[in-house]
Amino acid sequence: MSGFTSQFWASTIDGLTVGSIYALVALGYTLVYGVLQLINFAHSEIFMIGTFAVLGFFGILGLNAPATGFVLVLVILGALIVGAVASGGTALALQFIAYRPLRRRGASRLAALITAIGASLFLREIIGITQGTQRVTVKTRVLEKTQLFTIGSAQVRADKVLVIVAAVVMMILLDRFVNGTRLGRGIRATSQDAESATLMGVNIDRVVSTTFLVGGAMAGVAAALYLIFYENTSYDVGFVLGIKAFTAAVLGGIGNLRGALIGGVAIGLIENYGSSFTFTGAQWRDVIVFGILVLVLLFRPTGLLRETGGSVRA
Amino acid sequence: MRKFSRQAQVLVLASTLVLAVSGCKSSSSTGAAAGGGTVKVGFMGDLTGANKQLGINIHNGAKLAFDQYNATNPANKIEFTDYDTQGKAEQATAVAPKVISDKMVAVIGPAFSGESKTAVPILEEGKIPNISASATNALLSKNGWKFWHRVLANDDVQGPGAASFLVKNAGFKKIAVIDDQSEYGKGLAKAVSAGVTADGGTVAVTDSIDPKADAWSSTVNKVKGANVDAIYFAGYYSAAAPLVKQFKDAGVTATFASGDGTLDQAFITGAGAAAEGAILTCTCVLATSSTDPAVSKFISDYKAAFNGDPATYSAEGFDAGTAIVKAVQAGKTSAVDINTFLATEDFKGVSKPIKWDAAGELTGGGTYIHRVKGGKIEALGNFQDAKL
Repeated sequence: MSGFTSQFWASTIDGLTVGSIYALVALGYTLVYGVLQLINFAHSEIFMIGTFAVLGFFGILGLNAPATGFVLVLVILGALIVGAVASGGTALALQFIAYRPLRRRGASRLAALITAIGASLFLREIIGITQGTQRVTVKTRVLEKTQLFTIGSAQVRADKVLVIVAAVVMMILLDRFVNGTRLGRGIRATSQDAESATLMGVNIDRVVSTTFLVGGAMAGVAAALYLIFYENTSYDVGFVLGIKAFTAAVLGGIGNLRGALIGGVAIGLIENYGSSFTFTGAQWRDVIVFGILVLVLLFRPTGLLRETGGSVRA
Repeated sequence: MRKFSRQAQVLVLASTLVLAVSGCKSSSSTGAAAGGGTVKVGFMGDLTGANKQLGINIHNGAKLAFDQYNATNPANKIEFTDYDTQGKAEQATAVAPKVISDKMVAVIGPAFSGESKTAVPILEEGKIPNISASATNALLSKNGWKFWHRVLANDDVQGPGAASFLVKNAGFKKIAVIDDQSEYGKGLAKAVSAGVTADGGTVAVTDSIDPKADAWSSTVNKVKGANVDAIYFAGYYSAAAPLVKQFKDAGVTATFASGDGTLDQAFITGAGAAAEGAILTCTCVLATSSTDPAVSKFISDYKAAFNGDPATYSAEGFDAGTAIVKAVQAGKTSAVDINTFLATEDFKGVSKPIKWDAAGELTGGGTYIHRVKGGKIEALGNFQDAKL
């Protein structure tokens, strides 16, 4: 118990940080599921490609020392944009190459699911072969990990604040987009009832493409934050993280945007709290996370926030 | 989700099998000279996986021994064939039958402990002598294997040696011991913990991290809260590098120490400045310069052949290769004959004296201490004499 209490604040801050990344990735799973009822298993690889794109971006910049001031803002914004474009682009390409032809031919959901798993393995192995299977590291730190202040035992660092703040801002933007724009309305309409939405003049193809693009861009932002925070990536970086993010989406109620946020943060916190007890170690982390997932689903089979089937709610 | 991950594993395994059957075989060494006989020796280890540098070091060490022998134009040349396991137990099990059907008469490897545990029983059944240059799990020699050998002492030697150095020579009393949940890491961590307690130190924190994820903040917080003098991480460099960075970034000032799995330049490349001052223990000897003429000849030959300094396990790979060369020189060309001959060998290798007991363990072998200084690994000598 002592570990839990003495590390409570540190676990909270770290849980929120990693939870924010889970939440951003979870949005992609939830958005696509809401519209197509498809679990896009390749989403973890879309995230992974984002990390490599941002790594390349940092390589091109060739910084010799951590950036400061105005340059730092530009570099971070640049990284977020590069990540979003790379991941969003990959997601969009995947939708056109792999999923759309299937949908056009009226293939079963199972076929789409297998395609998703196949695309996931394909992308992972391609990167593994071309970029190597070793971890690759960011050569020069981008954001100095300065300690801003402390809360109890917790060290609040600039990079952790950046991750949390950027994630919250992205969620608010996404919320505005889904609730406040015409395309967003299309997404909501399609997820409620695709057939009626078509009859009401919603362009389904455009809605689906937008959903993949937006979900991918969120994963790309997560990828940029991940690289700034952890400073390394590898071809299989998406595997464990993808499982966690998908779990977050299910825990929050898949199809529900705020659910993804709550699920992501909940998993981040549970992971850190769960492994801080003296009698458990980090090896118990996944046992605790998935144990709680099973419990929650037993009592709320649709997840924490989702009441009914088939709708993107914000 | 669990279901998916199992499906994915099945898919990966299936594709691995296909690869293994369809052609992992890429001969990397000079083949048999026309007219002369050929002795086929296989290499099993990580050549393309996450810790491939270690596998490549062993491979190059052994290849140097074979190339030098082949250059003398002997009656029986040695042909060296690669069987890439990516350091994974399941892939090692998949390629081991191939090693047997290709009629290899000896194997350098399997490199790591996890893959040794699963693949050696298959080699044992095929009666193929195998010499690991890097598997250090203590339990491996307790399986009654007749064809298995290793050219370095095990973690039961490394653990107490590392602990004794940290507690007695370096004066660290409170130590955190962390493993990576691998076969190797768990065994080594257990041996280090036992050694620290035996030498009068305290194991203040024990934890196990998932090397495939980066989210280790709970471990970092635990270690930070315990205010330890040193951290011993039992695992491989691919996780050690980001882990040591997370410790330093969180303001942990304890000295970072790790075992042979981390003793590689790749650790320093990955961790950068955070690696500085790290202590690395090994039952191997990382020699980059020496006053011993045999060792310095090995170093200069290695440099000339591979365009770089010998690295972790290169010397062990060379010694394993030499052991097989000696058997072939003595006219032993069948697997069983080579194995019988290995039991009688007693020579001074470039890393340490090579002489095996009935279980395949070296009769002499100890723990050696290294330290990261100025971005390079320097050898500090054996654990009784080394000073920080």
